[in-house]
Amino acid sequence: MKEREIVIIGAGPAGLAAALGAKDKGAKDILIIERDQYLGGILNQCIHNGFGLHRFKEELTGPEYAQRYADMVKSAGIEISDRTFAVKITNKKEIFCLKPGEMMKLKAKAIILATGCRERTREMIPIHGFRPSGVYPAGLAQKMINIEGWIPGEEAVIIGSGDIGLIMARRMIFEGMKVKAVIEIMPKSRGLRRNIRQCLEDFSIPLYLSHKVTKIHGKERVEKVSVCKVDESFKEIKDTSFDIKCDTVLVSVGLIPENELLEAAGGLIDKKTNSPVCLKPYQTSIEGIFSCGNCNKVYDLVDWVSRDSYEAGGLAAMYANGELK
Amino acid sequence: MKYDVAIIGAGITGAALARELSKYELNIILLEKEIEPAFGVSKSNSGIIHSGTQNPSDSLKGKLCVEGNRLMREEIAKDLGLNFIQCGQLITAFDEEEKKKLFEIKQEGEKLGVPGLEIKDRQWLNKNEPNLSKEVIAALFSPSAGIISPYRYVYALIENATDNGVILKTESKVLAIEQKGPKDFEIKTEKEYFKTSFVVNCAGLYAQEIAEMIGIKDIKIVPRKGEEYLLDKKRENISNHIIFPLPSKNSKGILMIKTSDGNPMIGPTAHEIEDKEDLSTTENGLNEVLEGVKRMIPSVDKSDIIAYFAGLRPSCGKDFVIRYEKNRDGFLNMAGIQSPGLTAAPASAAYAADILFKNGLSCAKKKNFKKYRQRPIHLFQIPLSKTEELIQKDPSYGDIVCRCEMVSAMEIRQAIKRGAKTLDGIKFRTRAQAGRCHGGFCTSRIMKILSEELNISPLEITKKGKNSNIIKRIK
Ligand SMILES: Cc1cc2nc3c(=O)[nH]c(=O)nc-3n(C[C@H](O)[C@H](O)[C@H](O)COP(=O)(O)OP(=O)(O)OC[C@H]3O[C@@H](n4cnc5c(N)ncnc54)[C@H](O)[C@@H]3O)c2cc1C
Ligand SMILES: Cc1cc2nc3c(=O)[nH]c(=O)nc-3n(C[C@H](O)[C@H](O)[C@H](O)COP(=O)(O)OP(=O)(O)OC[C@H]3O[C@@H](n4cnc5c(N)ncnc54)[C@H](O)[C@@H]3O)c2cc1C
Repeated sequence: MKEREIVIIGAGPAGLAAALGAKDKGAKDILIIERDQYLGGILNQCIHNGFGLHRFKEELTGPEYAQRYADMVKSAGIEISDRTFAVKITNKKEIFCLKPGEMMKLKAKAIILATGCRERTREMIPIHGFRPSGVYPAGLAQKMINIEGWIPGEEAVIIGSGDIGLIMARRMIFEGMKVKAVIEIMPKSRGLRRNIRQCLEDFSIPLYLSHKVTKIHGKERVEKVSVCKVDESFKEIKDTSFDIKCDTVLVSVGLIPENELLEAAGGLIDKKTNSPVCLKPYQTSIEGIFSCGNCNKVYDLVDWVSRDSYEAGGLAAMYANGELK
Repeated sequence: MKYDVAIIGAGITGAALARELSKYELNIILLEKEIEPAFGVSKSNSGIIHSGTQNPSDSLKGKLCVEGNRLMREEIAKDLGLNFIQCGQLITAFDEEEKKKLFEIKQEGEKLGVPGLEIKDRQWLNKNEPNLSKEVIAALFSPSAGIISPYRYVYALIENATDNGVILKTESKVLAIEQKGPKDFEIKTEKEYFKTSFVVNCAGLYAQEIAEMIGIKDIKIVPRKGEEYLLDKKRENISNHIIFPLPSKNSKGILMIKTSDGNPMIGPTAHEIEDKEDLSTTENGLNEVLEGVKRMIPSVDKSDIIAYFAGLRPSCGKDFVIRYEKNRDGFLNMAGIQSPGLTAAPASAAYAADILFKNGLSCAKKKNFKKYRQRPIHLFQIPLSKTEELIQKDPSYGDIVCRCEMVSAMEIRQAIKRGAKTLDGIKFRTRAQAGRCHGGFCTSRIMKILSEELNISPLEITKKGKNSNIIKRIK
């Protein structure tokens, strides 16, 4: 068991900023653990503009924003272990990680969780009907298109009008796909106004508010979806059902903080939001385990992730050298 | 070349028969229409190795179920390296009237030879099943019942059968069967013709269509749909046993099921439908399942659900129809294999083999039959210390692909070597994509591994075979 001062799990914007925060508050020995082979987390697949307006006063793409932080972390001399997957942590602040060829066992004075979030799936809503191919969480579709260059289909319907769904609508149009509709169960979109304008209205994509998808059709590949209007309690209004032909369905119905590591270690988790229960900012119910970024709460803007995580990193450093009461 | 036996359908029934017959000096071919085995009824069921209760004591399915359960416990799990967990089952009674029924079920079970049945009182239940509704007054405990991964059971049988010489042909839909004489058939598939002495119909929902190909008209398969809902692994300990209500007329009722991979499951419904491909789930089905299970385990919550599916029981009357067709000498039907067909499979196979031998199939045993099949390694089934040893021997056990279920690149490659060709095939074999994110993180990586190992373009990769491609174009 190797002893370390601060171990950060996740090298997305949260983990990177936390490392810088810890360093600035005097931490000498910091290790970042990252599952992937590149730094920056989810930002790497967000190739659109709009990141960094607050933090850098310019409009950057996701990868550009990530690169700035990766460079800062590298020039600060902070150690990173990539392709390393944390599988277990304990309330004694032990960390078990798997990487090709090795299992790493560490013991830290403070742990910072920066593991991000996962997408809610059709199964959680749930959207009934068949389970053919062609139904993707929006983030997976984003990864396929932006990172792999794989175009999933010809005609898409998007379920949910959060920002990721909106951005993917425009992205698919740019790639020559048709986007037939965005279906939103709420009377109002959760997405940013500018995204509705730039991603839907500019391309005349209809947004159906107070509507829901009741059934996905198609045994092998998606063939169509059934949609209906809903009342205030989200119940189907009779005789409002109609079908939309499509071969692709993107599900963009929200994000869930990833806190399974903390939960398995015995940390308290809010059942509703899946966020850690924090009595003081960024401090989980297990002393010495901190949490920041999307695994702490779901953020809309990465700029605030960086700002808050920097602060969390500072707190963890103070805890590690006994300054935090 | 003329085969001795052609088996139509690589579900649990056909797979178990193939393995049984592979113990003998025979040339056997197993024909399956789907791209991989176990893509029919055998992939979507409750995965319970039933003890045999809740079957009439004079039924064939009852007898084969008890024997299939014994074979699993005493031989098959060990020989085939299966993760069979003998957790036991409880049938619950909510009032005195129902309690009386438990005694009847117990008696009927004992007649069939179900071992160890006992009526348990409230005190025992408090201790051994703490989340059970306080309204349950007694339960019938059946210790021999257990759980298994149904598709991995099929894969294990098929791997062992092919290891012993059985030839498996997938994407080989049988289109016509011609009888040229006694014990002389020609089978036409999508791609080829096969000659064979014996034909066994194990086609599940399509047993009727196969039987009709040689003019047998009295096999009518009625699909009975069952919807099932899987809960998050975090609820693994919600129950210690499989929990049943009293059985209804045409089903065992809505159950609290344990699964051998940890996720609890609730279901199934039982509704007769017409379309043999209708595997859709419905709002009504979900509500029925939730209501049924909450009566027994009140703490089940809709928000625990992470996945769902439907399966169709291929029913043909009330019992299995395992019948040699004297007027079509050489043809054996194994139709109407509804529940408990998964449990009964090895016993059904031995029973069917016996019928074939009585009707002239040669029964010379193979001297070099390989009884054992090497158990695949799953990191989620072993402690971290074991994982550490594996990684030192083989680095790619440390390369985690599916983070929700902890599946390594090594396991995915092994699954492909053992026959996985699709995303669903990988999921069934390894659990990758079966967790809470449903492949949101790992799908593209798995596609790359498939494309590398099978030497195909990502464009050709499918979810479950024909027309279920994942992507349409590459930039
Ligand atoms: C699809 C999408 C689009 C977005 N678009 C915008 C936008 O346009 N503008 C904007 O300002 N914001 C946007 N955001 C929000 C912003 O990008 C996020 O808030 C931010 O990336 C969150 O940072 P994070 O570090 O908390 O999480 P992530 O970026 O998700 O990073 C988490 C990291 O932890 C690693 N990890 C997780 N578990 C483990 C483990 N067990 N072991 C090792 N490593 C682990 C992951 O591999 C990942 O690298 C978007 C978010 C998403 C999901
Ligand atoms: C909801 C549900 C829950 C259940 N729970 C349990 C349980 O807990 N325990 C239990 O013991 N049993 C259970 N059962 C029953 C069990 O699943 C079935 O009895 C069993 O899987 C039937 O297996 P099979 O091999 O006969 O059919 P299948 O698995 O359907 O196999 C038939 C195969 O034949 C192939 N085929 C069809 N037509 C052709 C053709 N023309 N050419 C080539 N191939 C063809 C199909 O593709 C298929 O692969 C359950 C069933 C359901 C639906």
